[in-house]
Amino acid sequence: MSKQQTLAHLPLIAHLQAELGDKLANHYVRFGELTLEVNPGHIEAVLKFLRDDSDCAFTQLIDLCGADYPERPLRFDVVYHLLSMTQNQRIRVKLQAGEETQVPSATELFDVADWFEREAFDMYGILFSGHPDLRRLLTDYGFEGHPLRKDFPLSGHVEVRYDDDAKKVIQEPVSLVQEFRDFDFESPWEGARAANLIPDSLPPDNLPGDEKASQQEQEG
Amino acid sequence: MSAQSPQDTQDRKFTINFGPQHPAAHGVLRLVMDLDGERVERIDPHIGLLHRGTEKLIEHKTYLQSLPYFDRLDYVSPMNQEHAYALAVERMMDVAVPARGQYIRVLYCEIGRILNHIMNICTQALDVGALTPITWGFEEREKLMIFYERACGARLHAAYFRPGGVHQDLPQDLLNDIEAFCDPFLKVLDDIEGLLTDSRIFKQRNVDIGIVTPEDVQNWGMSGVMARGSGLAWDLRRSQPYEVYSDLQFDIPLGKNGDCYDRYLCRVEEMRQSIRIMKQCLANMPSGPVSSQDGKVVPPKRGEMKQSMEALIHHFKLYTEGYHVPAGEVYSAVEAPKGEFGVYLISDGSNKPYRCKIRAPGFAHLHALDYLSRDHMLADVSAILGSLDIVFGEVDR
Repeated sequence: MSKQQTLAHLPLIAHLQAELGDKLANHYVRFGELTLEVNPGHIEAVLKFLRDDSDCAFTQLIDLCGADYPERPLRFDVVYHLLSMTQNQRIRVKLQAGEETQVPSATELFDVADWFEREAFDMYGILFSGHPDLRRLLTDYGFEGHPLRKDFPLSGHVEVRYDDDAKKVIQEPVSLVQEFRDFDFESPWEGARAANLIPDSLPPDNLPGDEKASQQEQEG
Repeated sequence: MSAQSPQDTQDRKFTINFGPQHPAAHGVLRLVMDLDGERVERIDPHIGLLHRGTEKLIEHKTYLQSLPYFDRLDYVSPMNQEHAYALAVERMMDVAVPARGQYIRVLYCEIGRILNHIMNICTQALDVGALTPITWGFEEREKLMIFYERACGARLHAAYFRPGGVHQDLPQDLLNDIEAFCDPFLKVLDDIEGLLTDSRIFKQRNVDIGIVTPEDVQNWGMSGVMARGSGLAWDLRRSQPYEVYSDLQFDIPLGKNGDCYDRYLCRVEEMRQSIRIMKQCLANMPSGPVSSQDGKVVPPKRGEMKQSMEALIHHFKLYTEGYHVPAGEVYSAVEAPKGEFGVYLISDGSNKPYRCKIRAPGFAHLHALDYLSRDHMLADVSAILGSLDIVFGEVDR
């Protein structure tokens, strides 16, 4: 299945390589989906090309979101999903951004990018330059922090309640009666390998949790 | 007082709050509206009052535990959301769903579409002053909710579509009852249409209100009925078919003018087409398993566990550790009743999603409210809002 889909992307990839040249940092097809990687400086040009070129015609920005990889020097991914109704094709464009990086806003090209970028700013603190109104979108008025960052605790920092004495809604630091239970169920289970979900070419220690098998031996 | 001075015109401008507690806000929406008399100059929607951090919570749950969160997004058509997520996980794990499972999924997706469209049409009619349709429509909705309940045990929070198939098989008498529901429902639909379609008041409130052009559809990321109401023949069930949709016969109704009234007509016709699809599903439903037979993904039946040690181990592992999904990322989208509902899933190879972005159609549609409402009257805002088909469970996530 995926091989056929990969082949289906080849003409488009060749076209993009010819037209975009070195603006295209990388590209790959995985699970039948084409992903382009670009530098933040080129994103506007790439999106504009993808939208306006008649062979691409990715005229709809279906989704824009962030992703956080705190261990990387440029910790954020900004991911654009584009759809072409006429070509019936989808494409994903990714770029990497740090906490200080000003990612050029896509609002000039797609009106819908406005809220998507506000959400990415709200959730991750990704900055978009040229955005008309980069406010928080989903979190509370006066909220601090960026909740979808991996270093933001699941329980949050403050909880809100109505204080009967003060006769108003107040914010307090979170106090959990019971510690949040995040069980570590990951074990060196052979299941994934037995079900052929992992290629044999990968080293044995590739699954998170696998290292615990050797650790326990050392402790015991 | 003869001629109005500039000072007087200035006085006509004011800012009002619409919601968050307003019956026509369809949930918790706060609109800060700049008005010039009754004319809308600008709308600033404040959303997020129902934000529950679904995407964050999913990052801390296993793939199976994440699934019920999707019921809580668009709670008007829960199973359609689960579907997008299940498809995403299946694509990454390369799991195939048996034919009966696919038919059951399509059957329940169409039930979800009818649930959603009844809700939307009737509440939108309510917003513009028609009180009767909601009482007729909700009677039918209740019947459909009971079909939900009989399939999975819950009226709303179904958790029925699981990666690999559906949770349980449907009994034959349930299928018979769904069959018996179809034709009488078309009659009720005719009755509801009789109240609205030619109603002078309903047309005055909806025709030429909130016009969406095909360019707007592209620019504002609209999908579903919002696109089809403007004449764009775009339906993921047809253009990027999933499950057994490519084998089924159905038409895609299109609007011409892209106004609220055309969107209403599209929704009514889509319900008729959904009934058509449901009938085909019931007629063609094969026998066989309803979910993948891969013991590493789908838990075993209770009976098996009494006999087989392997089944017992699988059950234990699947409900504690869960399965590991190969590293990578997929975007899977379904034609939910409201439009394109997408799930962008990033896996790092562990048993929990690394990132799960939920692309809700209502989010993009609500965003366009400001654009669509400009220069309309205040009362048109609730008509436009109604025809956008907003549910805050999915907008705020």
